[in-house]
Amino acid sequence: MSAITVRGLRKAYGELEAVRGVDFEIEEGEVFGLLGPNGAGKTTTVEILEGYRRRDAGEVSVLGHDPEHPGPEFRERIGVVLQQSELWPNLTVRETHAIFAGYYARSRDVNEVIELVGLAEKRDARVKTLSGGQKRRLDLGIALVGDPDLVFLDEPTTGFDPAARRAAWEMIRSLRSLGKTVLLTTHYLDEAEQLADRVAVMREGVIVKVGTPRELTTGDLEVEIRYRRDGEEVVVRTSEPTRVLHELTADAVARGEELERLEVRRPSLEDVYLTLTGDEGAE
Amino acid sequence: MSARLFFHQFRAEQLVFWRSKEAALFIFLFPLLLFMLLGSVYTGKIYGVPAAQALLAGLIGYGCANTSFAGLAIQLVLRREAAILKRLRATPLPAATYIVALLASTLVVFALQTVALFVLGRILYGTPFPHAIGSVVLAVVAGSAVFAAIGVATASVIRSGEGSSAVVNFILLPMAFLTGSFGPTRHYPSFLRAIGDVLPLKYFVDLVNAVYLRGEAIWTQPKALGVLAAWGVAGLAVAIVKFRWEPSDG
Repeated sequence: MSAITVRGLRKAYGELEAVRGVDFEIEEGEVFGLLGPNGAGKTTTVEILEGYRRRDAGEVSVLGHDPEHPGPEFRERIGVVLQQSELWPNLTVRETHAIFAGYYARSRDVNEVIELVGLAEKRDARVKTLSGGQKRRLDLGIALVGDPDLVFLDEPTTGFDPAARRAAWEMIRSLRSLGKTVLLTTHYLDEAEQLADRVAVMREGVIVKVGTPRELTTGDLEVEIRYRRDGEEVVVRTSEPTRVLHELTADAVARGEELERLEVRRPSLEDVYLTLTGDEGAE
Repeated sequence: MSARLFFHQFRAEQLVFWRSKEAALFIFLFPLLLFMLLGSVYTGKIYGVPAAQALLAGLIGYGCANTSFAGLAIQLVLRREAAILKRLRATPLPAATYIVALLASTLVVFALQTVALFVLGRILYGTPFPHAIGSVVLAVVAGSAVFAAIGVATASVIRSGEGSSAVVNFILLPMAFLTGSFGPTRHYPSFLRAIGDVLPLKYFVDLVNAVYLRGEAIWTQPKALGVLAAWGVAGLAVAIVKFRWEPSDG
């Protein structure tokens, strides 16, 4: 069953068309990545699904609800991690979780959630004493304390150092093992590749490609064959790697030569992404 | 509205308020400190009662504006800009429950402050406890509601968190000075008194003077109540139209 269905979604802010006809579907239990550069319309799309914004056009169903009229039943079942948000600086990690837990009819055990997000040692620490990474874990903790079926993560690791990103990835993987549906936005390719079952690449308000990370990288892009001849690097790009490789190797074998440093490379998600978004400056 | 959610949020607001030393100091203690200061400066009689008693009434007025208007407005702007309000909107906590619990928590802080002022006055300056208790209680509740409405309205039109404290104090301190919260205004130039005459705090101080200093019942003050109600409705109207849950920049 679908957790989220989006058909023909549109949203403009004045003259600016942030989302220009977006369709996708997310299955229950799936981790779905919305990937794209800043300004591609990811956050607008997610905020419409979260019930923060009204759409101009299109059909949207989130857990069987229309998020434009978000009732308490809808709120009970979603967890939200915003791109930027702070919490009360003088409360402790435990107090903050307990306040949020109180908003839900059926909430998870506060200590269990604190453990899950790796803040057990910081249970009684004031929020203002937490590091940036720990604050994001707190954000995730309060998003999970209501035991949601669907979790929205808007750029959950932006601004993290590599170690904190790895830790956050582990937590997001643990959401999948809990059976949660996750909608993740990111402008990091490796993040989408690591975490998402399927990825939708957004650019200028439309989805330009959807698929598993593997499907995206075995599409129309040419395979790259590299080797060295007389110390010079030779690069061959082809959509028929089998034939080209056969010719190259047959030729080399016939001449009794070795193709030095022979390498066959599938396009990475990064190559696909850069081609799709036309954004050479992407991170 | 679910009573469980209301009490849960009320307790949360109390915890957030008292845990913040800045809030507890500037919002709760500051009027008490001012009372001690001014009470030791003024002597003799004001409005035909001992000076300390008249100052006590004025500082209840200041405390009301300080807590329900200034404190509430600054807290709301900071929470909005920190996306705490936006975060709360994603939970099942209804908006109305949140607002009512926040206002109730603000009222409780102001009520405790009023009690502390009475006790402090009694100990330091021998000022009497009020006779018309019911009317004093009603005045405290009415004043808190009116200034909270103006506070929410003000928070709604302030764009940034950094500027909020400056803007709010720029309104609060002159208003308190012009409306007799820090002492009588009868020696002020007439144009200053004319400004004071349109400000809501003047009518709240008038109301407290009547119910505390003169022991009159609250309904003997229709003019003060009327002007306060008008300010409250105006504040509410602006708040309803302009209030936002999301930070200004996104």
